[in-house]
Amino acid sequence: MLKKRDDFEDILEERRRSSDLRYALRCYTPTLYRGLVPCKASMLKSIVLQSDHLQYVIKQVSSESGESTEGVSEEASLILDEMAHCLQLSTIRFFAFTLSKAFKRLFRSVCVNEEGIQRLQQAVQEHPVVLLPSHRSYMDFLMMSYLLYTYDLPLPVIAAGMDFMSMKFVGEMLRMSGAFFIRRSFGGDKLYWAVFSEYVKTMLRNGYAPIEFFLEGTRSRTCKSLTPKTGLLNIVMEPFFKGELFDVNLVPVSISYERILEESLYARELLGIPKPKESTSGLLKARRVLSEDYGSMYVYFGHPVSVRSLAEGKINRSQYNLLPRYIPQKPSADTHEFLSDAAFRLVRIQEENMVLKPWVLIATLLLQNPDGLDLSSLAEQTDWLRHLALAFGAFLDWPDHEACSEVVSCSLALHRHLLSVSAGHVQLSVTDVPQVETTPEEAVFHQAVVVLSCASYRNQILHVFLRPALLAMAMQSANSNRKDDVYNGFNFLRKVFSNEFILCPGDSDFEEACYLLMKRGVLQVLEHEIVMSASGHSTLAFLSSVLDPFLQGYQVTPHTQCVAVFSDHKRLILLRFEMSIFCFLCAFVIMASGRLKCYEALSSDLQKNALAAFLRLKAVRKVKV
Amino acid sequence: LPLSLSLSLSLSPSPSPSLSLSLSLSPSLSPSLSLSLSLSLSLSPPLSLSLSLFLSLSLQEIMKWNGWGYSDSRFLFNKKGQAEFTGKRYRLSGLILPSLKDWFEGTFGANLQHRSPATPSLNLSAVAPPHLNQPFVEDLKAAGLSVSHDPEDRVFRAHGHCLHEVFALREGRIGRVPDVVVWPSCHNDVEKIVELACKHNVCLIPYGGGTSVSSALECPREETRSIVSLDTSQMNRILWIDEKNLTAHVEAGIIGQDLERQLNERGYCTGHEPDSMEFSSLGGWVATRASGMKKNIYGNIEDLVVHIKMVTPRGVIEKSCLGPRMSTGPDIHHFILGSEGTLGVVTEVTLKIRPVPEYQKYGSVVFPNFQQGVACLREVARQRCAPASIRLMDNEQFQFGHALKPQVSSIFTSFLDGLKKFYITKFKGFDPHHLCVATLLFEGDRGKVLQHEKQVYDIAAKFGGLAAGEDNGQRGYMLTFVIAYLRDLGMDYYVIGESFETSVPWDRVLDLCRNVKERIVRECKERGVQFPPLSTCRVTQTYDAGACVYFYFAFNYRGLSDPVHIYEQVEHAAREEILANGGSLSHHHGVGKLRKEWMKASVSGVGLGMLKSVKEYVDPQNIFGNGNLL
Repeated sequence: MLKKRDDFEDILEERRRSSDLRYALRCYTPTLYRGLVPCKASMLKSIVLQSDHLQYVIKQVSSESGESTEGVSEEASLILDEMAHCLQLSTIRFFAFTLSKAFKRLFRSVCVNEEGIQRLQQAVQEHPVVLLPSHRSYMDFLMMSYLLYTYDLPLPVIAAGMDFMSMKFVGEMLRMSGAFFIRRSFGGDKLYWAVFSEYVKTMLRNGYAPIEFFLEGTRSRTCKSLTPKTGLLNIVMEPFFKGELFDVNLVPVSISYERILEESLYARELLGIPKPKESTSGLLKARRVLSEDYGSMYVYFGHPVSVRSLAEGKINRSQYNLLPRYIPQKPSADTHEFLSDAAFRLVRIQEENMVLKPWVLIATLLLQNPDGLDLSSLAEQTDWLRHLALAFGAFLDWPDHEACSEVVSCSLALHRHLLSVSAGHVQLSVTDVPQVETTPEEAVFHQAVVVLSCASYRNQILHVFLRPALLAMAMQSANSNRKDDVYNGFNFLRKVFSNEFILCPGDSDFEEACYLLMKRGVLQVLEHEIVMSASGHSTLAFLSSVLDPFLQGYQVTPHTQCVAVFSDHKRLILLRFEMSIFCFLCAFVIMASGRLKCYEALSSDLQKNALAAFLRLKAVRKVKV
Repeated sequence: LPLSLSLSLSLSPSPSPSLSLSLSLSPSLSPSLSLSLSLSLSLSPPLSLSLSLFLSLSLQEIMKWNGWGYSDSRFLFNKKGQAEFTGKRYRLSGLILPSLKDWFEGTFGANLQHRSPATPSLNLSAVAPPHLNQPFVEDLKAAGLSVSHDPEDRVFRAHGHCLHEVFALREGRIGRVPDVVVWPSCHNDVEKIVELACKHNVCLIPYGGGTSVSSALECPREETRSIVSLDTSQMNRILWIDEKNLTAHVEAGIIGQDLERQLNERGYCTGHEPDSMEFSSLGGWVATRASGMKKNIYGNIEDLVVHIKMVTPRGVIEKSCLGPRMSTGPDIHHFILGSEGTLGVVTEVTLKIRPVPEYQKYGSVVFPNFQQGVACLREVARQRCAPASIRLMDNEQFQFGHALKPQVSSIFTSFLDGLKKFYITKFKGFDPHHLCVATLLFEGDRGKVLQHEKQVYDIAAKFGGLAAGEDNGQRGYMLTFVIAYLRDLGMDYYVIGESFETSVPWDRVLDLCRNVKERIVRECKERGVQFPPLSTCRVTQTYDAGACVYFYFAFNYRGLSDPVHIYEQVEHAAREEILANGGSLSHHHGVGKLRKEWMKASVSGVGLGMLKSVKEYVDPQNIFGNGNLL
């Protein structure tokens, strides 16, 4: 199946055959950017500190705060020390060795699309490159650097959250492998922003190294793509807007895991157990993960996206003509819109290039059937779903020449810790709970962990079904075939769920959904009507139940939030519901089967998104008490 | 016979034949002479016919009808495949240029076997018959003005030197051309012509030297009236020189080199030397806001003019005195400067003049790379110690200049050259693919020039610059005078190209140069140009707050069905890139019709409205309907 798009190469194959030590010590001669200004990591700091931009902000801050410029400069220098990476090849070599060992134990294979690597090799020479990987695991950026080292590509510098820095030793190791650390929030801190943005831009302008950061800002605990952040994207695009660079190549990278290392951690976190603080001892304790099988991992390097062509006709670069370029300028409304649009586009590319394993189909089906399924029926339905997914353009890695039942049982084996299989009957269930007595609450909690873990796999394929599923729901609720009614329903759902899923404001999602379902023979779209075809019922039923958990979650959210909100330190209070919206949601729920136990509604991510959506739709409002 | 000869010559639109003869005629004599001529023209029709024939003949003898400059001067590849420059007019004339062929073939992927020759002569039948406004022509003739509707006269005045204009001529394609050519010989003649044009509602297009590169001379396609080309070439006298105030009052039709030569004979100069000065006219400079190579000493045209007289449909516009500066509201000169023939005809100009400098010295500096060179020029500008001219050529242009080195006469010189090259590239470690060169021209009294020279070389040294001799400097300046001839050579072998310019703040110079050059390369590739183009630039003027950057762009068009269209698309993209990088729409070429679409964005809607309202007041009938600028 994959061959249609690209050939993948398993990089572990070579690792299993030859010496890791020799590999770690081999001659590393990366292809370089043709406009490279050679410069050491230490020199970077002085370039940044002496830049016109930073000097300007230092003077500004000093005159506003009354502090001496020397004092502010000193502060800037400290910020930079805290932030800066000190990329060293020796550290990379160390990681090349240890990670080879680790990866070989963890993964059956690590597959990389070769053409993507070739394209990247080309792109790296032409213009400065920004790598934009998806973020599902801590493994992501280690893996990225490891791959670039393997393919003789320049090593990236990576924007990492400050949390890592607190890890003794490991933080410094990461720093030496190219990570630079940014505070999670520095909203109004002008000086911090100036140091940070100038640091990134300097590296970009000089072609020092590819810049790597995560558009989603943080690891997605749910494996759904997160609404992208535009701050760093603006920073890396600005040198192009201001004419300092001819172009910048953005390379979306999709990293997918057959089994995620943090799987149950995430589920627990979503249920309100705080994330363990990053610490070295924690990491050592986590060695346990080394003994398990995590299946395959896929890394897909997408086509480089030129900022110049993205901005063509959308950004008027002359707007930067009238102000000296070192004076920081807030992005204009146009620029904002462009940035958000570009960010969504890039995340959608990440989604589309995400390699999916058969398990995500199985997980989807098991979640829809909480009482379980017979193996044979599971295999049959998986096969049906596979064809549907493929028809909707899923990037599915289905083993060639293998019977469906074979594929299903392999997948079940890999994820056996989430399942119970007995007498040919498969069911999601708690398997490794200690046999001591459990309270009913604990039982619910454990079951919820399993459901949320499983949901994180289903979520990986949601982007494939999302638009048709919204249409399916809209049709069910519309109670009429009038295209307008369906369209309004669709748009309403789209609005409600735009915090939950990647739904780009300008996209023609409705048309896309219609097209896909028509192609599949489920619908006929006439001029004023949308008619379901005779054979389309099962597909529509499946699609609408894909989104059921979210709909239920959104309905439950108000109740839970009311409680949560009262105890919240932010002292928000939920005052009043727009009854219409609430009723609308109820209507949808009534349409849905109603049999599902609503474990997913317990997810804090879902609740957070729901609240944000209600706030956005003005169904609730914040009040200070 | 001597009389008829001088007659034909004073009629000729080209400056050069009057070279030797006008010397022998005292200035006081020539007005009466031209008077007698116009008399004879109007009196006997058969004579005027033969005269105008003579006129067009002499025209073709002296100037190319479908290329740049003098007919006797052109580049060609001789039978041995060596490049040579014909004629006797230039320093390069008659010389062999041994390395030009390799450079030409190497840079463009061109081949001497693949020729694209021009149509040898103008096909008169391709010229549409004139659309005459008979009463107007009658009135002109009655007023004693010389008029022609000979096709060659009309075709010659229907174009400037944009690529598409010359390319079409070479292919023998003739578009809309003026229907009548009229030659006024003084301010009063112009007043008469403009008055008659208003009366009969014809369209007037002033014509000076014909060196426009902005489509300014093209007849607007939508113009339905009779189009009259008003050729100022006969208004070419210096009317007076005021040595007390150092000013000269000159008729606006005078050609740059004639003006300079005649002033030199009196011990003066204007110092205004645009690259086109061999052919461009004083009126043209005023109408386009021209800039001269030596503006650092003498200023640009707006700094040089003290007084301008222009004939408009509303009447004559001029100031009442010759005061050096006034505070009398917005300077009305600035409505005229850069008006590009849309408001009227500049007839007389009072200019500042200076004594001819005692001493002139060329020079050059080699820099390891373009960045260092720009940094040096910026420093020179900061210290306000720029020589008369300072230009920085990028590596490609440096190599281009090198390809124009004539055959060296002695083994010693070639040995010396080799030694220089060795010193710079091996001993000093300059990469021959990155180094670039600044050319310099110093002027003034000897002592000061030498002192100034030292100051500039000292600054250059701080930026890694090495003095590279007078010869390199002089050759750099020569390039600008022969580049247009080189374009004609290129067009014989499937290579087309052109230059364009901008001005930009100092801090954006490097970024703009890099981005525009790269944009050109990229656009060519995307549009199917088979070979990488020549895309090169120089920083050609320095100012306190920025610089003027000049680009050359050329490519081999073999395999393309519509090369001119592709050329125009790429140039359009390059201009967009310039504007996006903080460059101006034009530094001195003007807007014409070529760059009109960006005027509003350049000067704001209100700014454009202001200009339009002036146009509406001055020329409500749109008599000066060349369609430029607005």
